[in-house]
Amino acid sequence: MLILTCPCCGVMADETELSPGYEAHLKRFGPGSTPEEFEAYMFARKNPKGVHFERWRHTYGCGKWFLAARCTATLEVFGTYPAQVSEPPADIIARIQARRPDWKADWQPDGKAPK
Amino acid sequence: MSEPVSAPVSAPVSALGGASFQGFATIREIGPLGMITLRAKGVKALGKAVKAVTGTKLPAPRRIEVNGDRACGWMSPDEYLLIVPYAEVSAALASLAKSLAGEHHLAADVSDARAIFRVEGDKAADVLRKLSPVDFATLEPGELRRTRAAQVAAAMWAEGGGFTLVCFRSVAAYVMGLLTHSAQPGSEL
Repeated sequence: MLILTCPCCGVMADETELSPGYEAHLKRFGPGSTPEEFEAYMFARKNPKGVHFERWRHTYGCGKWFLAARCTATLEVFGTYPAQVSEPPADIIARIQARRPDWKADWQPDGKAPK
Repeated sequence: MSEPVSAPVSAPVSALGGASFQGFATIREIGPLGMITLRAKGVKALGKAVKAVTGTKLPAPRRIEVNGDRACGWMSPDEYLLIVPYAEVSAALASLAKSLAGEHHLAADVSDARAIFRVEGDKAADVLRKLSPVDFATLEPGELRRTRAAQVAAAMWAEGGGFTLVCFRSVAAYVMGLLTHSAQPGSEL
């Protein structure tokens, strides 16, 4: 059972109080993008065994969307954070790196954590 | 033609007509209560506007401020639940409209869209413990918890030796069934 702390209201919410929103930090490709970009945006989703960033909605609570970093293999939760960011905050990255030294962020080609 | 027939002004009716059940805790459907959903965020006049209606301060996140038969609960970062006597809803809405004039807000009368229950007794928490993923041991007095009761959304808080539970009126009979079943004598936790 997954328990996530909603960053909007602070409740430690049981999975049954939440709705999944799948992969977080998608970059939208809309009008003007190439068909390949649009197809990737529309359909291609990561399905990692390990660190994953996800959107969740506190449906039965405050109703707000938030983001969570967790491990899909062990269900370890590295943290939750507000949805109004385009990449994970530094403290979440640090926590993931402390727990998973081999993990590399994949949103920059050199694998460096965002500043 | 005869005189125009005017419809009799009907008295407000609560969802289940005040149904009750006596198990190891007492379940009572109460109401009707006047309830207003107030949505606003970062509005300066909000505290004053709420105080004028409920006589309470603006609640901190996840708290409910109770003042006799009036209360103001924090529902989400941009939503408050105002409870007032049923007959005073229009006056309260007028007061809010006046104090928040020109500010981005929404105040709606939801009194007839809700049902409200009281769960009372020494083991009242046991009734709710079976229905909601909430740790009632750590639920503080004055804390408003929005969660689910089995399959439907509910908000609950501890008050006066029991709990008050608010749900949608459309699921009132379902919630009464849940609470009744959960409070069956002999099923204490």
